[in-house]
Amino acid sequence: MTLQAVVIGTSAGGVQALSQVLPRLPADFPAPVLVVVHVPPRQSNSLVDLFAAKCRLPVKEAEDKEPLAPGTIYFAPPDYHLLVEACGTIALSSDEPVNHSRPAIDVLFESAADAFGPDLAGIVMTGANSDGAQGLRAVYAADGQAIVQIPATAEVATMPEAALTACPDARTMALERIVPALEAMIAR
Amino acid sequence: MGESIEDIEIQLLLDAVYRHYHYDFRHYARASIKRRLLQARSQWGYDSISAIQSAVLHDESILPQLLNFLTVQVSEMFRDPSYFRALREKVVPHLRTYPSLKVWVAGCSHGEELYSLAILFAEEGLFERTIFYATDINPAALRAAQAGVFPLERMRLFTENHRLSGGHTSLSDHYTADYDRAAFSKSLRERTVFSDHSLVTDAAFGEMHLISCRNVLIYFDRELQDRVVGLFGESLVRGGFLGIGSKESLRFSEHADLFAEFVREERIYRRSSQ
Ligand SMILES: C[S@@+](CC[C@H](N)C(=O)[O-])C[C@H]1O[C@@H](n2cnc3c(N)ncnc32)[C@H](O)[C@@H]1O
Repeated sequence: MTLQAVVIGTSAGGVQALSQVLPRLPADFPAPVLVVVHVPPRQSNSLVDLFAAKCRLPVKEAEDKEPLAPGTIYFAPPDYHLLVEACGTIALSSDEPVNHSRPAIDVLFESAADAFGPDLAGIVMTGANSDGAQGLRAVYAADGQAIVQIPATAEVATMPEAALTACPDARTMALERIVPALEAMIAR
Repeated sequence: MGESIEDIEIQLLLDAVYRHYHYDFRHYARASIKRRLLQARSQWGYDSISAIQSAVLHDESILPQLLNFLTVQVSEMFRDPSYFRALREKVVPHLRTYPSLKVWVAGCSHGEELYSLAILFAEEGLFERTIFYATDINPAALRAAQAGVFPLERMRLFTENHRLSGGHTSLSDHYTADYDRAAFSKSLRERTVFSDHSLVTDAAFGEMHLISCRNVLIYFDRELQDRVVGLFGESLVRGGFLGIGSKESLRFSEHADLFAEFVREERIYRRSSQ
């Protein structure tokens, strides 16, 4: 494999958890990183500002039809689903919520699995619902790398537990192991 | 990776729907179309996309249901209230200078956006001089728009949106509620022409002063967006206004130079005069 993209999904406790992962990504990280965090609709996208200040990689809100750029962190805008097209561009949609969420982690993961197959890493972290479980299974089924935060280390274990139930062969790891694991995938 | 069998089947289904029914989804953003077709497949219990193709070719009564999967009917009245506030505060003063007005709501869904504009125009004293055109490709959506009836439970959100848009009447002045439904006043649609019109396959609509087409372009690929932006350019009077969805942009279109940004944050553009 060559790592072409990383997708991350999280909900309750997600900002804290992401703060332990995204800032560790090195400035020369070659793949785009797409992130869905469940946030209440209409909340202005303060996540971008928050993480732009902490990260070595550029951080931005994902825009419709934008080509994915290497080493860039994209956040789904509130109230839109985030998808990737097979040709490597971003797509937003205002389809119905999935798992009561918009953006939904499953929607991002399933479209990314389709677009990148084995060259994708999908990561599910802390959260209080089971969004992301089907998506992670899709990543794994397409021969991508499926990673789940060790539930016992998660602020809320529901989401990682659901992901492991749907995708029992996913690798589990503590948050601080995630970036080294991604770097190892690049080196291969 | 080579093209998957599913992707081939989807392409063939869209070709079939176009060739037989002239609904053209071939240049819709594919990831989202695929998601919705897979949903249709599992909901209908078919084991492949090809099975949907066969069913829809041989039984036209399936087409309306398929259209409900291929088009997305998510909408709200006064969706993104700041957009409507910008129309009210920045666009209306220009519209006032015309003795008569034409407004096109393209992709009107169940009418949420149309009724919002009709109420806004009534509040601003422009209603009597305006003809509204409300178009969509989904016949069920158009019928719903013509009926103007919404679940009563949605009125709380719509009322809040209306207030945030700077509305100076009460939304409830415009509808009558029975126990679970809100029926909007007939007078709000007496100046509206509803019609089946596809932005993909149909021609321009002449001499509009305002086109509001929100959350429709987002479902199109770049090539198709480009066509539609050109169509809007042709359909507007010089100095006419175009409003699009809050996550849409003219940036990727070749026809972008027909327009100047008018209220940037709200994605309101003005047809330039060349
Ligand atoms: C997500 S809704 C947007 C509704 C409303 N404009 C809003 O922003 O809330 C998209 C609408 O576009 C319509 N649509 C899809 N393709 C179209 C086409 N080719 N021409 C006209 N309308 C189309 C759909 O049927 C649907 O009603």
